[in-house]
Amino acid sequence: MRKHTIAVIVNDQPGVLQRVSGLFGRRGFNIESITVGQSEEKGLSRMVIVTTSDDKMLDQMSKQLYKLIDVIKVDDISSNPMVARELALIKVTALPERRPEIMGIVDTFRAAVVDIGTESMMVQAVGDTDKIDAMIELMQPYGIVELSRTGVTAMVRGNIK
Amino acid sequence: MSSGQATMRSKEELREKWMKPDVITGSEILLRSLLLEGVDCVFGYPGGAVLFIYDAMHGFTDFNHLLTRHEQGAIHAADGYARATGKPGVCIATSGPGATNLVTGIATAYMDSVPLVVITGNVAQQFIGTDAFQEADITGITMPITKHSYLVRDAADLPRIIHEAFHIANTGRKGPVLIDIPKDVSAQKTTFVPALEPVVIRGYDAPAEPNGEAITAMIQAIQEAERPVILAGGGVVYSGAHNELLEFVTKTNIPVTTTLLGLGGFPSGNELWMGMPGMHGTYTANMAIQNSDLLINIGARFDDRVTMKLEAFAQQAKVIHIDIDPAEIGKNVPTDIGIHGDIKVVLTAVNQAAKPATKAEAWRSLIQANKRDYPLSYEDSEVELKPQWVIEMIHETTNGEAIVSTDVGQHQMWAAQYYKFNQPRSWITSGGLGTMGFGFPSAIGAQMAHPERLVVSINGDGGMQMCAQELAICAINNIPVKVVIINNQVLGMVRQWQEIIYDNRYSHIDLAGSPDFVKLAEAYGVKGFRATNKEEASRAWQEALNTPGPAVVEFVVRKGENVFPMVKAGDSISQMIMGDA
Repeated sequence: MRKHTIAVIVNDQPGVLQRVSGLFGRRGFNIESITVGQSEEKGLSRMVIVTTSDDKMLDQMSKQLYKLIDVIKVDDISSNPMVARELALIKVTALPERRPEIMGIVDTFRAAVVDIGTESMMVQAVGDTDKIDAMIELMQPYGIVELSRTGVTAMVRGNIK
Repeated sequence: MSSGQATMRSKEELREKWMKPDVITGSEILLRSLLLEGVDCVFGYPGGAVLFIYDAMHGFTDFNHLLTRHEQGAIHAADGYARATGKPGVCIATSGPGATNLVTGIATAYMDSVPLVVITGNVAQQFIGTDAFQEADITGITMPITKHSYLVRDAADLPRIIHEAFHIANTGRKGPVLIDIPKDVSAQKTTFVPALEPVVIRGYDAPAEPNGEAITAMIQAIQEAERPVILAGGGVVYSGAHNELLEFVTKTNIPVTTTLLGLGGFPSGNELWMGMPGMHGTYTANMAIQNSDLLINIGARFDDRVTMKLEAFAQQAKVIHIDIDPAEIGKNVPTDIGIHGDIKVVLTAVNQAAKPATKAEAWRSLIQANKRDYPLSYEDSEVELKPQWVIEMIHETTNGEAIVSTDVGQHQMWAAQYYKFNQPRSWITSGGLGTMGFGFPSAIGAQMAHPERLVVSINGDGGMQMCAQELAICAINNIPVKVVIINNQVLGMVRQWQEIIYDNRYSHIDLAGSPDFVKLAEAYGVKGFRATNKEEASRAWQEALNTPGPAVVEFVVRKGENVFPMVKAGDSISQMIMGDA
């Protein structure tokens, strides 16, 4: 069982996310994260699904996805060098005296402070899943009030499409 | 058949009539589009959300509409029509409960890869999502059991959607497609622009030419095999490849077994035919699979009722799998040579190079010996009626030429074992989903498709009561289905499992309180007959056959009869219980 990142190009139709996620649920495939948004072509969306599976299950996933009429292309992009990014917004308890400390972590991670309240700060972090995990771990001691992660979106490096 | 039948006109006449670019309602667009797809029979049930559609059908005679007594009857009838013809079956139901009553039938068709176009009404778009009266998210509910579905937002999209739906339902691996039409869309007026161009759907392509290297490897494997076996499934029938299969078997001399859905895909009289494999398969077929060194799967999906315990299935065999659905290749059984393609196309290519399996002489002798030494058998009785005898009688009196539909249970297995099929599309049964209530309405659909043929619907006393209300439409439309009820007064297959697996603990299987089936038939205006011994059985059956319209024959059979051979769930297909005969 390994982690795989699969890109699925789908018709931008109502219910298409339900079709894809429903297929995963029904067939007993795991979804760690799923993101969907516009692709480079009008009318098509790109879904990026992170899943843990063995080779046989991965093969089935791809074949079953292709059976959906709205699915146009399925790619296991983790079989290539790829860039995978996730965005997280972390609202952390931050009284004025702790802020410099927090800012230090934010700078080290090349994250950004995007909002400051009287007792809190909102930090935006972008990076691969490990980086976001590390960032969250470091914020934990200050008290995370709210956390929102987008899940991974990804693309193969270089000229390969 | 009935006097209310559509008066069929020539295609040209109808085209001229339909193709006018009028401004018409979505409902009329729907009807015209169905006609352009060649639809001649629709099964349905009206209700609030499809009233515009039914209004458009008022006085409409260009296709038949059969009003069933339950939506489940309508969809199983459409399914039977599709299985008997190879054309998509069409049914219409209203929103909410009408639509949800179709769910069992949609799942049945999906599991057996049957092409259906299912049209449901929905509440007007402004009410969608408000929990309006008779609202249900039927596209959402049926997503896991349809090949594709549409929620129509604009009447102008209807011609394209209908055209695509028929294409999707009946190409590739066939299956049900649902079209949900909100009431305002069926009322909306717009200019009708027929969709006539070939359908192009990005990412949905016809299977490519079969892989030549794989075919060469297959031919090679046949030359080397000492114990080859062909396992042929429903794909042979659906692809219309029965002649190609016969040619393949004749050229290679490889013994062949046909799955439940594959029955009729190969002539049962051929000496290389071994019967059905699996849970209630023949000794010859199961042992051949288990001991084979080459297993050639043609259009079967290695269902668990065929393979039983997977780890113990055909362990010594090199496996070749030909399937139109690439996802089936390697899904259950690891495959050495996978060939993706339409069975007819693949077999046509294979047959050009196929040669006899010359190393398999001893194997063929062994199989002939097994056929002789372990035939299907039962202990007959002169006192009680035996269900197997009843099926054999039906087979003999119909020369094996009837279209036979069954419900699900013991009678289904006896029919599969003892009625010998020689033609494709003569056997209609719910394999994958195992749907009780399917048998009788599916026979009605088959009879609508083939008014000239003899259609025999074989049911148990349990399943018959799940859709018995459709006797009404046989009566009023004079649909001459011969309805057989094998009455053993219990849920027989459940009883068999409780006896063999649950230590004789018979729990809630007694069907006491069943109606007098003869009176039930008569109450609907259908002739009814009952038989409790062989003499009565022969006479009643003959009278039923001589009856010009529909007839019901109840055969009261021995209560404790079991289906043998049997493999228990969890066992390997070589662990067969042979029974006492």
